[in-house]
Amino acid sequence: MTFQLTKEQELLRTMVRKFAETEVEPIAAEIDQTGEFPKENVEKMKKLGLLSIPFPTEWHGAGGDNVSYAIAVEELSRVCGTTGVICSAHTSLCAWPIYHFGTDEQKKKYLVPLLNGEKLGAFGLTEPNAGTDAAGQQTKAVKDGDSWILNGSKIFITNGGMADTFVVMAMTDKSKGTRGISAFIVESSYEGFSIGKKEDKMGIRASATTELIFENCRIPAENLLGVEGKGFKVAMTTLDGGRIGIAAQALGIAQGALDKTVAYLDQRKQFGMKLKKMQALQFEIADMKTRVEAARLLVYSAAWKKETGQPYSVDAAMAKLFASETAMHVTTKAVQLHGGYGYTKDYPVERMMRDAKITEIYEGTSEVQKMVIAGSVLR
Amino acid sequence: MKIIVCVKQVPDTNEVKIDPKTGTLIREGVPSIMNNDDANALEAALKIKDAEPSTHITMVTMGPPQADVMLREGLAMGADEAVLVSDRLVAGSDTWATSNCISAAIKKIGDYDLILAGRQAIDGDTAQVGPQIAEKLGLPQVTYVEDLEIEGDKLTVKRALEDGYEMIEVKLPCLLTAIKELNEPRYMSVPGIFSAYKKDITVWGAADLELSADIVGLDASPTNVYRSFTPEPKGKGKMIDGDTPAELVSGLLSELKAKHLV
Ligand SMILES: Cc1cc2nc3c(=O)[nH]c(=O)nc-3n(C[C@H](O)[C@H](O)[C@H](O)COP(=O)(O)OP(=O)(O)OC[C@H]3O[C@@H](n4cnc5c(N)ncnc54)[C@H](O)[C@@H]3O)c2cc1C
Repeated sequence: MTFQLTKEQELLRTMVRKFAETEVEPIAAEIDQTGEFPKENVEKMKKLGLLSIPFPTEWHGAGGDNVSYAIAVEELSRVCGTTGVICSAHTSLCAWPIYHFGTDEQKKKYLVPLLNGEKLGAFGLTEPNAGTDAAGQQTKAVKDGDSWILNGSKIFITNGGMADTFVVMAMTDKSKGTRGISAFIVESSYEGFSIGKKEDKMGIRASATTELIFENCRIPAENLLGVEGKGFKVAMTTLDGGRIGIAAQALGIAQGALDKTVAYLDQRKQFGMKLKKMQALQFEIADMKTRVEAARLLVYSAAWKKETGQPYSVDAAMAKLFASETAMHVTTKAVQLHGGYGYTKDYPVERMMRDAKITEIYEGTSEVQKMVIAGSVLR
Repeated sequence: MKIIVCVKQVPDTNEVKIDPKTGTLIREGVPSIMNNDDANALEAALKIKDAEPSTHITMVTMGPPQADVMLREGLAMGADEAVLVSDRLVAGSDTWATSNCISAAIKKIGDYDLILAGRQAIDGDTAQVGPQIAEKLGLPQVTYVEDLEIEGDKLTVKRALEDGYEMIEVKLPCLLTAIKELNEPRYMSVPGIFSAYKKDITVWGAADLELSADIVGLDASPTNVYRSFTPEPKGKGKMIDGDTPAELVSGLLSELKAKHLV
């Protein structure tokens, strides 16, 4: 057994950290305030290959692996949770299902531009009445000659309004329940497709979370992704991988809050000494650090299992459950250790605590992760 | 066009901390990086390659086996090839011995139109190795390059001076040393990182370059380091307040008098 990252993975961390600290961190507080999608940085990330990491070069991917991808999301999220999820949603939720379930034609037409930096991707599963119970899809797709006609709406879609390519679930045969759901590739330019309300969120405020609206949106038949009636499987398998991305985001947020807190304790003095000299606070740091490391092991191990072709869905669920709870715990403690200053926007831990919360909710709430984990143990 | 870029691995001085008790540098745990000016030299080569993709860039370095990481970084930025000269015999070389070694490596590479180096390394600050290589290869050189344009086999180079600049025309082949004003080094690219480790790095020992202990290494080096020390940190400057020039001058004079300087 080895716990050693490869040289490529180490070098990638160096590169992403430098990019994150130079390009992302300086605007993180600002985009949190304005809610403005960081377009310029996303363009830079596309050019550098940060949105194509775990895909082979034959499809214009970066030729990297899933652990590297997790490291990249971690390092971006360490300074900005928004930027981390933009990368994660694009990579795990849009490019991956097309790579995994798509035909060669679909890959040529949609995957290549998602990986070579031309296009941004998103994933539409959640609906106003189909959240945790994602099987309750109300968006309908009806076959009409050599096209499908989509009607309905999606809610809370990351990169909505910014993406060019969407993987969207819809009911093709209601009578069959989950076996009546199919997945489609939708282009933002299709007639009948529009972007609805943009959410005003607690955290990850610049990630562009919007409604998607389909009004007689006509989709060519060849844009069916995978097999008709197997869309629920596409969605669930996609989320298994996506959870590694969100777990990595949570890990990064936690690490970022820990780093900021360590620096703060070295600077702030009370009772004539630096805070870092106080054992009560040292013990908090010890506890935060231990949780972060434990989360990291779970995240990397899930990513490594995916990379090496082992079953990883339960690992991804455990990684996401633990890492997101770690992010919440560590950021809350980080604010506490900053005292009143931590409760203000003058220090980044305030933003990090708000950003952390979403990791316990999307791509399956913590409750859902527990269902997956318990289900694997209690057969 | 064939370009050779001379690069050196150095400790990241931004990360070097000073031991508060002994006042010496703590090198332990300090990450190594590609020397800043060398990254500018590499970037200049990469820009030429951006404009003319047939350009071939070879990095050359003298250093320990660990310099491999820095070369991979250069490959991940877009260089085509890397040569590492590594041998116990060259350890402890001063600038004269180092330029003997590197010019020998460049001779062995043979085919080149342009050599780029950084102005100086942040761990030595001599600014001698680049010019010495040019001398030893019998090439024209322009130092402190802050801008450059290529037209056929002619380069127009802006050379920074302390109080201005010179515009110099020079013919290829030649050697240039880069300063940070020349450009902003790019990030490694992600595909670059994964292909960097698929490439072979050429490693040459002293024997491959027919180098002997009388021209490389510590004993061959004419420079002896007598003592190294951390310079006393400079005190904070003092701003003198005043609304009129007369007030400012009298403020300055009274400061200088108080210090018995005038
Ligand atoms: C910022 C943001 C970005 C998002 N991005 C995307 C995206 O890109 N694509 C996409 O498709 N979706 C996205 N979502 C949707 C997200 O995945 C859902 O919000 C999430 O799955 C929960 O669904 P819900 O909000 O309807 O909550 P509900 O399902 O209504 O859940 C409410 C509460 O009840 C609990 N609960 C529900 N059922 C059970 C049960 N059976 N047992 C125990 N507890 C239960 C839940 O855990 C939760 O605590 C995003 C959401 C947000 C807020």
